[in-house]
Amino acid sequence: MDENQAAAATTVLGPARSRVDLDAATVRFCGDSGDGMQLAGSQLTSTSALAGNDVATFPDYPAEIRAPRGTKAGVSGFQVHFANHKIFTPGDRVDALVAMNPAGLVTNLADLVPGGVLVVDANSFTARDLQLAGCGANPLEDGTVDGYQVFPVEITRLTRLAVKELNLGTKEADRCRNFFAMGLVFWLYDRPLEPTLRFIVDKFGRRPEVAEANRRALLAGFHYGDTTEAFACRYSVDPARLPPGTYRNMTGNQALAWGLLAAAKLSGCELFFGSYPITPASDILHELARHKQFGVRTFQAEDELAAITAAIGAAFGGAMAVTATSGPGLSLKAEGIGLAVMTELPLLVIDVQRAGPSTGLPTKTEQSDLNMALFGRHGECPLPVLAASSPADCFDVAREAWRIAVRSMTPVLVLSDAYVANGSEPWRIPRIEDLERIPVEHPGPPVDGADFQPYARDARLARPWALPGTPGLMHRIGGLEKQDGTGAVSYDPANHQHMVELRARKIAAIAGEIPPQRVEGPADARLLVLGWGGTYGALATAVRRLWERGASVAHAQVRYLNPLPANLGEILRRYDKVLVAELNRGQLLARLRAEYLIDAVGLKKTSGRPLAVQEVVEAVEKLIEP
Amino acid sequence: MTTDPLLPPEQKLSPNDYASGQEVRWCPGCGDYAILAQMKKILSQLGLPREKLVFISGIGCSSRFPYYLNTYGIHSIHGRAPAVATGLKTTRPDLSVWVITGDGDGLSIGGNHLLHCIRRNLDVNVILFNNRIYGLTKGQYSPTSPLGKVTKSTPAGSIDNPLHILSVAIGCEATFVARTVDVNQQHLGMVLRRAAEHRGTSFVEVYQNCIVFNDGAFEYATDRQLRSEHTLELEHGKPLVFGKDREKGIRLRGLDPEIVTLGGGVTEQDLLVHDEKATQPSLAYLLSRMHYPEFPEPIGVFRAVDRPKYDELLNQQIEEAIRARGPGNLDSLFHSGETWEVGKPEGGDAGEPRCKP
Repeated sequence: MDENQAAAATTVLGPARSRVDLDAATVRFCGDSGDGMQLAGSQLTSTSALAGNDVATFPDYPAEIRAPRGTKAGVSGFQVHFANHKIFTPGDRVDALVAMNPAGLVTNLADLVPGGVLVVDANSFTARDLQLAGCGANPLEDGTVDGYQVFPVEITRLTRLAVKELNLGTKEADRCRNFFAMGLVFWLYDRPLEPTLRFIVDKFGRRPEVAEANRRALLAGFHYGDTTEAFACRYSVDPARLPPGTYRNMTGNQALAWGLLAAAKLSGCELFFGSYPITPASDILHELARHKQFGVRTFQAEDELAAITAAIGAAFGGAMAVTATSGPGLSLKAEGIGLAVMTELPLLVIDVQRAGPSTGLPTKTEQSDLNMALFGRHGECPLPVLAASSPADCFDVAREAWRIAVRSMTPVLVLSDAYVANGSEPWRIPRIEDLERIPVEHPGPPVDGADFQPYARDARLARPWALPGTPGLMHRIGGLEKQDGTGAVSYDPANHQHMVELRARKIAAIAGEIPPQRVEGPADARLLVLGWGGTYGALATAVRRLWERGASVAHAQVRYLNPLPANLGEILRRYDKVLVAELNRGQLLARLRAEYLIDAVGLKKTSGRPLAVQEVVEAVEKLIEP
Repeated sequence: MTTDPLLPPEQKLSPNDYASGQEVRWCPGCGDYAILAQMKKILSQLGLPREKLVFISGIGCSSRFPYYLNTYGIHSIHGRAPAVATGLKTTRPDLSVWVITGDGDGLSIGGNHLLHCIRRNLDVNVILFNNRIYGLTKGQYSPTSPLGKVTKSTPAGSIDNPLHILSVAIGCEATFVARTVDVNQQHLGMVLRRAAEHRGTSFVEVYQNCIVFNDGAFEYATDRQLRSEHTLELEHGKPLVFGKDREKGIRLRGLDPEIVTLGGGVTEQDLLVHDEKATQPSLAYLLSRMHYPEFPEPIGVFRAVDRPKYDELLNQQIEEAIRARGPGNLDSLFHSGETWEVGKPEGGDAGEPRCKP
């Protein structure tokens, strides 16, 4: 069936109603963590992407696998922003909210725009449901939802009816509710059903009765929108004009995993990935473990210490060694990173940040590991730090980080965060042959019988990457201070002074090889908004909104956090005001003030939520008020 | 299965060829010297090429070992040597990888890594120098120090029940478990050699004397007058006999061992017979529970069985994936699943909003 036929075939019967063309729409599904909201959101995302929209997503789920059913703690949500133009964020607020239960409604309603579409499952507002959600009164009746377009739909009853002939148990029938909700939303926003019908066959094909039930629920939801007169209008969002090419939808973690595969290929190294499961980084391990035909060796280590030290062992043997974790794991890896700095071996440490300290909010986003990344080791222990700015950007960051690691013989720390890792956006698929190769050199056996110097230096101050198995290059490395050149253990005070400075110079010199910092917007703007990593989308969107209002503002997103780009100081001094926006208490702000002696101010947020565009707009407007 | 590429006999190296030339800095009289000497000797005997050898250690006196060998080596961080070895051996199965550790390094700060290395049966040789004391930090009690041990950190005596290393290793289903003694050079050489030849994790405990902080801890097992009474040399297929005149043996009584004197109706036929190849680890465990002074302590190979090796299984999975799916192709991976085309826009540039200063 043609992509639109399923939809088209069913729309002729419905009552005529107006169609509203939108530039963009933001929809959020929310319900219990067992209600399949992540799946509903993912399907709306891929369907919209396939329809040619630019998309950005924000999955938001609880840390508990199954928090008590029906409670606010167990609410899971998935927000999708789709547009006919380039977008950078999943949207601050939503145009339409689908709430599968009262807990979902009361925890998400504040994000619905005034007058927005609110679809609720009318069957899940019983006294018991209300009590579980901690609602004294029914929010549908006590005025809570006044000012919204409220559509109470008997999603549970209609889903059960739709699958009745299949003789499923009530529990199983109710598992199809998310497909009914999807069908309804797809109708409302004129989305094709075909991608989801294909998905159902792929995912549930082995259990035909489940596949059939989901198919029927999806169609029932779609038909419901079409045949009832509840909805006065439908919406549509035209395809976006993205740069030409072949696209696919990518989450940050998937892009990072694929970036690692690409970096291994481009450098001719075999990928070793040592990791201990931790939210929200585990998906990188899962993704790489699926692709063994690329020669990637995944090692689920006994702990974070083993994950990084195994990576060090693999790096010594010549592999592209990588370890990934989130905040608590980065604390544990500190000692291993120190050894990697001391032994000057190339490897990547990926930190998918989450809200801390300690266990913190495991599924929520934050950028509060920056200080840990820059300074969280004993001794003078510098290393390059890079941050990914969006889901698709993770693909590029992985390759850049590996290039720096092998060129300067150093561990490199890559910062992502829960928002970037779990969010998704369209990714223009590159051709492998168009990607720049990553040269790697290993010395061969000595020809003239000369003594091998494992700590000899090249122009970048990097030492040779000599591999075991090479005759004549036998050498010992380790955590004790080494004599420059020979690599012998050395307690000589002058040598230690020299080596500490040398390791610092080696990393500082990388500033000369990274691209200069870019700024979007005029050089003579009154204010520069500066961010790093995953706040890119919110800041870029905010600045565009400010431009539309005539504000004199520019934007810089820092990717290289150590060493900082060589031209950053000059840029910062160019602006009267600098606003550093980050999801922490001002960690980059402090670094910039210390480094460049500028009077920058901070926009600091630590709620576990991403930066909202409106927050940035307001902060900027307050600073540049005449 | 990995085979070590041995040197042809004419290119064989002498024990001294395996010495790095770096000045050895253990205390005079330290048991570590004997282990280093035997290691160089068996590497030479086995004909292992120096460039194919990697010695990985943690922190402690024993962990300085790699510096003294002319091979590849990593003097890593406290307790982590088995993990470092895991990353190396899984990516470089062609190398002969040795882990050098001690009772503090391997059983205290690194206990977790040792357990997991052993249960995975990674094809490495783990040599644990047990001196029952912290030497490098100058004399605190270790996880193998006996109850009541008076040290700087336990002036009133240790109240920690000591860990019996071999029982732990056997609990992790180690495929090769052995014990030897630093001063018993011939026995030490034999055990190291057996460890090198075994495929899978070879776990060796060496009773090693710390002459400064715990001198004489193993006197019962090393003194020429005492050792025949207090140790029992294990031999595969042979009854458990010991004593100055080989007049005593170990007999099973119910599930427990007991010492019997041969003669007077008791013959070697009544004694427990050693079987290092027993599939079940019960006998090896029973032997690992025999402690001085109640029993003679067994030395030799407790267990030597064959089981799949982690590094081999991991690399097999990769080979199988390549066989089944062909070598990985990034272009096809990137285009797998749902993709869509965006054509050239009809007028103007892509939808990127313009800067409106």
